Amino acid sequence: MIAHANKPKTFYVKILRQDGPGKPSYWQRFELDYEPELNVISVLQKIAAKAKTSSGQKTTPVCWDCGCLEEVCGACTMIINGRVRQSCSALVDKLLEDGLEIELRPMTKFPVVRDLFVDRSRMFTALKKIKGWIPADGYYDLGPGPKQSRYDQEVAYPLSECMTCGCCVEACPQYGKIELTQRSGESDEAFEDRKTDAYTSGFVGPAAISQVVLFNLHPTGKMIARDRLDVMAQEGGIQICGNAQNCVAVCPKKIPLTMSIGKIGRQTTFNTLRRWFDRGAKAH
Amino acid sequence: MAEKRVLVVGGGLAGLAATMKLAELGIKVDLMSLTPVKRSHSVCAQGGINSVNDATRQLGDDEYKHFDDTVYGGDFLNHQPPVYEMAMWAPKVIDLMDRLGVTFNRTQEGFLDRRRFGGTLYKRTAFAGATTGQQLLYALDEQVRRWEVEGMVKKYEMWDFLGPVLNENGVCVGATAQDLYSMEIRSFPADAVVVASGGCGLIYGRSTMSMTCNGSAASRCVQAGAKYGNGEFIQVHPTAIPGADKLRLMSESARGEGGRVWVPKTPHDTRSPKDIPEGERYYFLEERYPEYGNLVPRDIATREIFDVCVNDGLSVEKDRQCVYLDLTHIEASELNRKLGGILDIYRKFQGVDPCYTPMRIFPAVHYSMGGLWTNYAKKESGGLVAGSPTNQATNIPNLYAIGEVDYHYHGANRLGANSLLSCIFSGLFVAPGLETLLSNMKPGSTAADQPKSLYEDSVKQHQGRHDALLKQSGDENPYLIHQELGNVMTAAATVVRVNSQLEEAIGKLADLKQRAWKCALSDTGNWSNQNVLFTKALQDMFPIAEAILKGALARDECRGAHYKPEFELPGLTSTDPAEHRRQAEEWCDKFEANIDKFLKSSIATYDGNDVNITYEEVDTSIEPPRPRLYGLVGAEEISIVWKERKAKKKAAAQEAAATN
Repeated sequence: MIAHANKPKTFYVKILRQDGPGKPSYWQRFELDYEPELNVISVLQKIAAKAKTSSGQKTTPVCWDCGCLEEVCGACTMIINGRVRQSCSALVDKLLEDGLEIELRPMTKFPVVRDLFVDRSRMFTALKKIKGWIPADGYYDLGPGPKQSRYDQEVAYPLSECMTCGCCVEACPQYGKIELTQRSGESDEAFEDRKTDAYTSGFVGPAAISQVVLFNLHPTGKMIARDRLDVMAQEGGIQICGNAQNCVAVCPKKIPLTMSIGKIGRQTTFNTLRRWFDRGAKAH
Repeated sequence: MAEKRVLVVGGGLAGLAATMKLAELGIKVDLMSLTPVKRSHSVCAQGGINSVNDATRQLGDDEYKHFDDTVYGGDFLNHQPPVYEMAMWAPKVIDLMDRLGVTFNRTQEGFLDRRRFGGTLYKRTAFAGATTGQQLLYALDEQVRRWEVEGMVKKYEMWDFLGPVLNENGVCVGATAQDLYSMEIRSFPADAVVVASGGCGLIYGRSTMSMTCNGSAASRCVQAGAKYGNGEFIQVHPTAIPGADKLRLMSESARGEGGRVWVPKTPHDTRSPKDIPEGERYYFLEERYPEYGNLVPRDIATREIFDVCVNDGLSVEKDRQCVYLDLTHIEASELNRKLGGILDIYRKFQGVDPCYTPMRIFPAVHYSMGGLWTNYAKKESGGLVAGSPTNQATNIPNLYAIGEVDYHYHGANRLGANSLLSCIFSGLFVAPGLETLLSNMKPGSTAADQPKSLYEDSVKQHQGRHDALLKQSGDENPYLIHQELGNVMTAAATVVRVNSQLEEAIGKLADLKQRAWKCALSDTGNWSNQNVLFTKALQDMFPIAEAILKGALARDECRGAHYKPEFELPGLTSTDPAEHRRQAEEWCDKFEANIDKFLKSSIATYDGNDVNITYEEVDTSIEPPRPRLYGLVGAEEISIVWKERKAKKKAAAQEAAATN
């Protein structure tokens, strides 16, 4: 419902394509008829149905990742006109306010699978590393969970909305791309293990740090809070954060990431000191 | 002896709940999904999850009433033992999710807060803002990740389930699937396969469902011989935001928190909604259903919105049908606290703030009540036998179905906030049954005992289909055929269904099916080829689409989400008391006759070419069916007559028992 005084007849979409991992990337341009209330997803759907570039050359449909189209699943993140965001909530009318061409590229911090589709499994590995779960005794009926104040719920809730979309790490200057290729003769399992090692030694990134805050807030989650803080003190932990604050600026869910980072920074320091004193006490 | 494994297909609430419970029982699980499981469609569920609770108990509520609301809401098409078991478990399910860290909203004192949902008079629904599904899914995802680290779960994310592998005795001994990246096709031997692949909304083109909800996994099981139950019951959610790419859900919780549905009394009134005085607004749900008001069940709300727009011509806009869903009388801070997530969706996608401007909404295809037919082991006292391998089993031995893809629990119409419950419940409940199944397996019947060639042949067969598609020449475009299919289904088989239109749609479907097999792919590569995956899914939509249309055509009645005006039982017309009474008696006669004829589950089977429909009796052994009378003229009189008849029948039965 965004007013558009001069509706164009057609508009252009420029897409950075790549046929597979390790392949060279190239630009392709598509021309589309203007319709009101389009978003980037419907643009990509139209391109798939058309399968022709703006110069009339036959091409393959553009590969991209999407799921819910309601900005909750986190699948369709890409770089649109230079800004990382979800393509479902990127409305064409708004994008065209900047000019008649929309530019789409894949995220730069993850290995490209194909075209705009990237592999974000490193983010899920980070959730394993930080023990991002409640250490419940089991799933038998043991009555209700611990009582929690409305205040605590209201602090935790925004953190629990993180959809692991990757915007924060894309914007983070400290989060570098890790891309490995399977060696000849290397088994799938060995390759997976090597990836996991590389991913766990790389920076965990703001999303995972914020999840540490979430789980350490919960009365049961708290019970292994110190384990999580230990992880934060290890390689790839909190110390890598350069406090650029880019993460919080791009988070589509407005998660207070820098607040989480600040909190974990302080707690990790205290935890390390405490561990050190504990060790000292034991020695005597 | 080789270690026994279970393959779970689908990582939404049901699949994750089953995986986590299986792991707890010491059973290793392969978890397969089209998407990283954390992105499964369950994330989109907004409003909440139902259970009786300490507060509603004191208002007279109990598990039986939750069960009764579910079967009444489902227009008695639910087999009652599973629903009964689910209602009994509901409080335990919510306790468990609370223990797993779901950020449920809290009361001032720190208890779980509750809201009201349609089709019930109690505040039963626990919620986490307006993103309850997301929070529940994440809690289960986290537990499964924990088991993954422990080595009990192996995830196969970005894999497409191509079909079950059956041995010569027709027993499921695994599945074949394709890697979405490398396009590699391989088999997964498994001692049991649990399908938890969700709904099939994509058959309608646009719906509130995710792009992964294409029904292909269910269809591939049906093509392998599984029965499909109650396919024609597709819930159309009353309130969604219309969009070019999809229809975005506006949760029922917006009505639950006090949202009012209205249209201007003047058709296409051009004034801003805020400038239209109260007296010139038509709050049609409140006027037509004084007891439930805006919280009538979904099928009623949907039909009334259609009625007001189509029959009364009162749509807010001239070229597009929609009504107002108004929250502006509620404090903005309160709205943001309880409904923040969904209001953000409206703000983001429509550029308007619903705290200050009424939302424009219209019904959209939302939930598949039908799905793979499954069995259950019934207990004399009403519920199910816990730990029985019969629970959730399809007719293919060792193939199971849970969650939305299972046809149980919702009957002809789903009660709001019951879907999350049914998914988690069926996921948790299937696990002990599988434990029994696995521990009783006879030597020679496990997956490890099967000949290798069985799996190799399956891979070969699917590879054949894949390769043939890549080479196929033709002039059809799969995306355009999908659009046409969606249009046919939406026009013929949503809210109001007319036999002539259904017949016509079945004809069109046959044409489209032919054309779908003549698609030429614009991408013939063998790396992340979404084009070929989509085309396969499209082709596999046809058996399910056919089950929906044929089931709808054969069902000459109105039941729950299925509404055929030609066969409606109209309300009472007479004002003369004696005549009024006579009409009520006549109404009840007709209703009884209709029960005899149509209170049956439709069962679709696929013979390799066509879908055939048969019927199965519904187990109504716990609560006898009664008319669903929301808003009908003369409802009170009908209700009195019905109760009298019921009492008379009971007395006669007692007398007969006494004389024996």
